[in-house]
Amino acid sequence: MTTTDTIIALATPSGSGAIAVIRLSGPDAISITNQVFKGKDLAKQPSHTIHFGTIRDGETILDEVLVSLFVAPNSYTKENVVEISTHGSKYIIESIIRLMLKHGARAAKAGEFTLRAFLNGGMDLSQAEAVADLIASNSAASHQVALQQMRGGFSNELQNLREQLINFASLIELELDFSEEDVEFANREQLKHLILQINKVLSKLIKSFEQGNVMKNGVPVVIAGKPNVGKSTLLNALLNEDRAIVSEIAGTTRDTIEDEMTIGGILFRFIDTAGIRETEDIIEAKGVERTLAKMKQAKLIIYLVDPTQALQEIETQISELQHLEIPSVFVVNKSDLLSPQQTSELSLLDPNYISAKHKEGIEELKEEILQKVNLHNISTDDVLVTNVRHVEALQRTQDSLERVLFGIDNPVTSDFLAMDIKQALYYLGEITGTVTTDDLLDNIFSKFCIGK
Amino acid sequence: MFKKYDIIVVGAGHAGCEAAAAAANLGSSVLLITMNMATIAQMSCNPAMGGVAKGQIVREIDAMGGYSGIVTDKSMIQFRMLNLSKGPAMWSPRAQNDRMKFAEEWRLMLERTPNVDFWQDTVKSLVVKGDRVAGVITSLGIEIVAEAVVLTNGTFLNGLIHIGEKRFGGGRTAEKSATGLTEQLVELGFESGRMKTGTPPRVDGRSLDYSKMEEQWGDPQGGRFSYTNIELPTEERCCWITYTNSEVHDTLKEGFEKSPMFTGRIKGLGPRYCPSIEDKINRFAERERHQIFVEPEGWNTVEIYVNGFSTSLPEDVQYKALKLIPGFEGVKMFRPGYAIEYDFFPPTQLDLTLETKLINNLFFAGQINGTTGYEEAASQGFIAGINAHQKINDEHELIMKRSESYIGVLIDDLVTKGTEEPYRMFTSRAEHRLLLRQDNADIRLSPIGHKLGLISDERLDVVNKKISNSDDIVRFLKNTSIDAGEVNSLLEELKTSRLTQSVKMFQLVSRPQVGLEDLKKASKALTDYLNKYNQDTIQQAEIKVKYESYFEKELEIVGKMKKMEDQEINPEFNYNHLVSLSKEAREKLMKIKPRTLGQASRISGVSPSDISVLMVHMSR
Repeated sequence: MTTTDTIIALATPSGSGAIAVIRLSGPDAISITNQVFKGKDLAKQPSHTIHFGTIRDGETILDEVLVSLFVAPNSYTKENVVEISTHGSKYIIESIIRLMLKHGARAAKAGEFTLRAFLNGGMDLSQAEAVADLIASNSAASHQVALQQMRGGFSNELQNLREQLINFASLIELELDFSEEDVEFANREQLKHLILQINKVLSKLIKSFEQGNVMKNGVPVVIAGKPNVGKSTLLNALLNEDRAIVSEIAGTTRDTIEDEMTIGGILFRFIDTAGIRETEDIIEAKGVERTLAKMKQAKLIIYLVDPTQALQEIETQISELQHLEIPSVFVVNKSDLLSPQQTSELSLLDPNYISAKHKEGIEELKEEILQKVNLHNISTDDVLVTNVRHVEALQRTQDSLERVLFGIDNPVTSDFLAMDIKQALYYLGEITGTVTTDDLLDNIFSKFCIGK
Repeated sequence: MFKKYDIIVVGAGHAGCEAAAAAANLGSSVLLITMNMATIAQMSCNPAMGGVAKGQIVREIDAMGGYSGIVTDKSMIQFRMLNLSKGPAMWSPRAQNDRMKFAEEWRLMLERTPNVDFWQDTVKSLVVKGDRVAGVITSLGIEIVAEAVVLTNGTFLNGLIHIGEKRFGGGRTAEKSATGLTEQLVELGFESGRMKTGTPPRVDGRSLDYSKMEEQWGDPQGGRFSYTNIELPTEERCCWITYTNSEVHDTLKEGFEKSPMFTGRIKGLGPRYCPSIEDKINRFAERERHQIFVEPEGWNTVEIYVNGFSTSLPEDVQYKALKLIPGFEGVKMFRPGYAIEYDFFPPTQLDLTLETKLINNLFFAGQINGTTGYEEAASQGFIAGINAHQKINDEHELIMKRSESYIGVLIDDLVTKGTEEPYRMFTSRAEHRLLLRQDNADIRLSPIGHKLGLISDERLDVVNKKISNSDDIVRFLKNTSIDAGEVNSLLEELKTSRLTQSVKMFQLVSRPQVGLEDLKKASKALTDYLNKYNQDTIQQAEIKVKYESYFEKELEIVGKMKKMEDQEINPEFNYNHLVSLSKEAREKLMKIKPRTLGQASRISGVSPSDISVLMVHMSR
């Protein structure tokens, strides 16, 4: 509950819209955005200006966006505020928010923007009281809710591991405060073992969030291939509607078109890779680069070729695709134009033959897609974590525990180990409830014989 | 017979002595009233000062101009720096002391302090005018007038000593208890409680066989508590370690039916971390032995303190069990161990200045607040003495922060959370313990002592020099390279990886395995450079180099919490108007009257959502 940190949340209603607005508020709002924004240097821009650019996670472009700057105190919260307008895909929104969390933002709690607005004098008391009530009602028993939200016995498992971690934290404190006495000390190998165990559970929970996201937001599928092989046509065939602009001229797809469809009960989200173009005369190489970036986000790649392409070129690209280690489906379009020789050469690569234009082979392709993503054995019951804040807490717990592991393997003394264990317990506490020093001392006094 | 005093201090233990000295040094006229002038600064329990977290407190008192560190240094018979195998925040000075010399040094220092008068008597009641204390009335029927009163009654208020089934009134062995004061305070509206503590038997050192025990010597190079240059003893005395065994336990168990602990005769709650031997046997039956520290009570006396054998069992049971301990076969007892119950006043009735919320200009310090330990008591006395002086002179109150001192942690814990059992300091109670080190207590706190007028310009100069000199050393290490050839054999010896090219010395000292002393062996340049600095400064620089990144992380956390800690709350705020607070939070907040949002957040029963509500309302 401080206002020295920077908070982030989706400002528009959740669910797909054409665009979405992600809002950051706090002293570091601009600098955090700047770290991931490629475009103008935001730190040097005046308040109340809008800037075009891309949000990047390392080399990967997450989206092309518009960034609106509001420099303190000229904003809703009276702090530095950045509003990022993105395309309205849940996947993009989640990715951008998680990227910002990684760079130092904190997920906002209910009503927190308004709370800040009040604290910084931007609102009158009657409005603020409503906010206070909201906060009070929201955070009451929130740990219970958090635990209930974790299904499948994981909350029990997590509780149990936490108990053990508290025990170790106590043992470490015991070493520190009662080193003169005849007491047992924390066994480092056991501690290591416990941390590995906890990390395993944490990883499972974090991974389930990603899975849950896939369930909720759709499996991202990229259709890749050279210009004019018929990617948009295929997309339309799959969607059974004329959504993308289709023409005979290469590079006519001008919007990132994301469309969702259900195949075999699973939601798929198709990303057409032509992407947004700033100008029309951009060189093709750049398009390829962008396509690769998009591919990395995907859970499935449909690689589309047509009979005009040389076999050698196709083989090189297929081997490049394999480097990405993402499941892929190799599809030959315009199958009606294939020569018998081409058919026999291509058959070694085990392709799916379709004619997107004539809507042939589409159903078979759908079957293949379903098999490749192998999601039908995941049911919603396997999703354990659904809340971004919880994932954030789990990740921070894991980071702290990694430092403990490093400390154990290096000559780091127990006071510093204690610091990281306490941090881990603190973050875990956001889900399971907090641990105080008094809890640790109680544990020590009830379990160990100390005192001269 | 008596003039009007600025401040009367009741009780001359660790708290009372520090309170009297601090207030007098600030310029107040002080009367120190004690039941017995011969027992000023008597160490009631073990003849030792410091230890983990407690040693840091003594350093803090010293850094601000208190006397405990100086007295400890003057009377020590052995010194050890505990926890040296851990990080610097855990290093804790501990001294064994000559009990008689400790008391004598304290008394002489007080006698040499201008503005301190003495009077041997027992305070029976306070003179209260309206909501303000105005003096005391003694058992001789004398009324003495003062602007402020500091109560440091220790275990004397309705003190009740238990040895087996025998019990008698007393504040300490062979000393009377104090009656009347508790009753008056309760009548005035104070809530009182009962606590218990205990002490082991003292024995004749000539009757022990030390060949059956392990020796425990101090650090060969010695050490000190005070940042002043008190001359230290050149000799030391040895302590010994021995162990109980199952026969000892069985013998002690025979006395359980007469134990006031188990028969329910003792009502007060004792400290869990300082259990009696019968408690240890009872609660941890699986342990086959317990450690016993055999500690001499001084340079010349043969009296021995049997640390670890605190007990209130009948004296004959104590004796029989003692004889079964290796080395104690022929033991002669001087005094039996005993338990003592006494009155305390839950410290949530105090403000962070240690002034009572109920009666103006009345301050409490030490065991009366539910703490245990000489160091905890001394630090409270010191702060209470200062604040009593500041209050009557309309000067700024002194409130220590949790992020700057253990004393701040101690007082904030007491006042904000209260305590159910005798409160002892642990490093784990301090959320920023990495910053609260014994090596930097002067850097943290001497400026505060100086501003008050308790630390001289010369002493502050020394501190400032320590800061700038250690910065110079760090800069030197950052700027000076060392060749691989020069240092590789040393690195191998220290079991750390060799260099392939020259690096800055800073990088090598950052390695956990490499110390400045080690590096001096490989570099004459470094040896020559460090020659002009004293050990304290060099150590400070080394700590900075090695742990800088951790300290920075900790400081960042402090910075994050600062806004909450600095967000003041009007103590008179009526929380009952805030319906969105939970009922429990409202009650607790009305009772504690926190000064800041940070303090409010530490009250048990006040949840984060209550704090959100407060934030909304308080920041108008």
